[in-house]
Amino acid sequence: MNGTLIAIQVFDGLVKGSFYALLSLGLAVIFGMLRVVNFAHGAFYMLGAFGAWLLAQQWQVPFWAAIVLAPLGVGLLGMALERTLIRRLSHLDPLYNFLLTFGVALAVQDAMRLKYGIQGKPYMPPEQLRGVTDIGPAFYPTYRIFAIVFALAVCLLVWYLIERTRLGMIVRAATERPDLTRALGVNVDRWVTPVFGFGVALAALGGVIAAPVYQVTPVMGADIIIILFAVVVIGGLGSIAGAVVAGLLVGLIAAAGQIIEIGGFDLGRYENALIFVAMAIVLLARPAGLFGHAEAG
Amino acid sequence: MPDALLAVDNLSAWYGEAQALRDITVTVREGETVTLVGRNGAGKTTTLRCLIGLHRQARGRIALGGREIATLAPHRRARLGLGYVPDDRGIYATLSVEENLLLPPTVGPDPWSLDRIYAAFPRLRERRRANGTTLSGGEQQMLAIARVLRMGARLLLLDEPTEGLAPVLVQQLEALLLEAKRQGVAMLLIEQNLRFATAVADRHYLLALGQIVDELTSEQVRERSHQILEHMGV
Repeated sequence: MNGTLIAIQVFDGLVKGSFYALLSLGLAVIFGMLRVVNFAHGAFYMLGAFGAWLLAQQWQVPFWAAIVLAPLGVGLLGMALERTLIRRLSHLDPLYNFLLTFGVALAVQDAMRLKYGIQGKPYMPPEQLRGVTDIGPAFYPTYRIFAIVFALAVCLLVWYLIERTRLGMIVRAATERPDLTRALGVNVDRWVTPVFGFGVALAALGGVIAAPVYQVTPVMGADIIIILFAVVVIGGLGSIAGAVVAGLLVGLIAAAGQIIEIGGFDLGRYENALIFVAMAIVLLARPAGLFGHAEAG
Repeated sequence: MPDALLAVDNLSAWYGEAQALRDITVTVREGETVTLVGRNGAGKTTTLRCLIGLHRQARGRIALGGREIATLAPHRRARLGLGYVPDDRGIYATLSVEENLLLPPTVGPDPWSLDRIYAAFPRLRERRRANGTTLSGGEQQMLAIARVLRMGARLLLLDEPTEGLAPVLVQQLEALLLEAKRQGVAMLLIEQNLRFATAVADRHYLLALGQIVDELTSEQVRERSHQILEHMGV
């Protein structure tokens, strides 16, 4: 093992981790406001990536426009899903919405597979971000550095929105005590659809950023959603800071797994298993997650 | 009764099959303070939860300022001037003290300003950036009441505000509620502390097994306090 390899692995871990952070942030916001575990989150991530790819294929829309348009379109789709289906089940056991979003994820994924096939579609980074950058011990693809910085900047912005604005205050209050918040004169239900759309748009944004890093495929969402639940459990369900920190942590764990060998035993093949071992350890030590609070009321 | 601010007429409520309230009829006039007195499980908290709309399994008429509100969502009721202080105080852990105060919209003509609240409770100003639940129990109670005064609510629904408070805090609370009362704020108060109840309230409803069994003046409560305490099992 040398410095170059380690630096590259750390950066690869951060790239992965920043996608996890972006996606689990959306999951956390949605869970907080709706008490819905959105299993379709990975599908929306995939639709974001496909959105960017389709916009480029069909209308030569550049990356910098797709980064706005695809999340916007997918976010509106999410709002429609909330309005037409999720809302109808919201008064029932949360399990119903879990099953619903799981079904939506399967349907969307298979529809995309029928239409576009299983083969990965390449999506080029924008011209300005091609090539490599000197990061000291190694050269690293410029676009991937952008992906880390951009994703973390978005996370920071979301944190600001939630911690420092009036709307964020309403989201926090509704997350903690939905009924009391209504009794204090706040129209919580008015914000449910926009918040769901916002969380979904974050997933799609993750997809757009991921498109030039990984190939665009209909199954990319299914691959990431399982990891995301590990991230959410590690971070603490519904915790904003937890989502971001755990996202990065899981990305780094996965990357570390790829270069650590124990007695000739290559852990890289067990990357996902390693993540779930980490999850099990966190659950044993802190059942509510690193940043979680024991659920009140 | 033309000057009734709150008119509750034959309110009944259930938890599943079990009936918790039977034909409750309660009136609170403009600027009046009224208590609900009764032992635990008599239905006092359920009554308040029905009024604000958090307990939905209910039937009966509820009029606020002449307007029927029994079918409105909780936030609409609050916006018509109901200020709800739940029995657990309802302070948010993820909101700062000041955010706890600023969360509800202002709904009445005469809301307390932050400055006025901070002048009355210097401690809340000191701790305004801290998370709400880092306050002591008594401070949280003051915060919960300050929050609905800042809304400018016309009628406060207070669920046992003195519970667990040290005597000195009970005195402060009494002074605060009397100040709100002078300003014309009406209150429907659940209270076990009869001395406190008679100090701030004008009339008292005695509740037992989900029914109103008596209506008393403060004078009558003082005269019959032994009997009432016995009834409450205190």
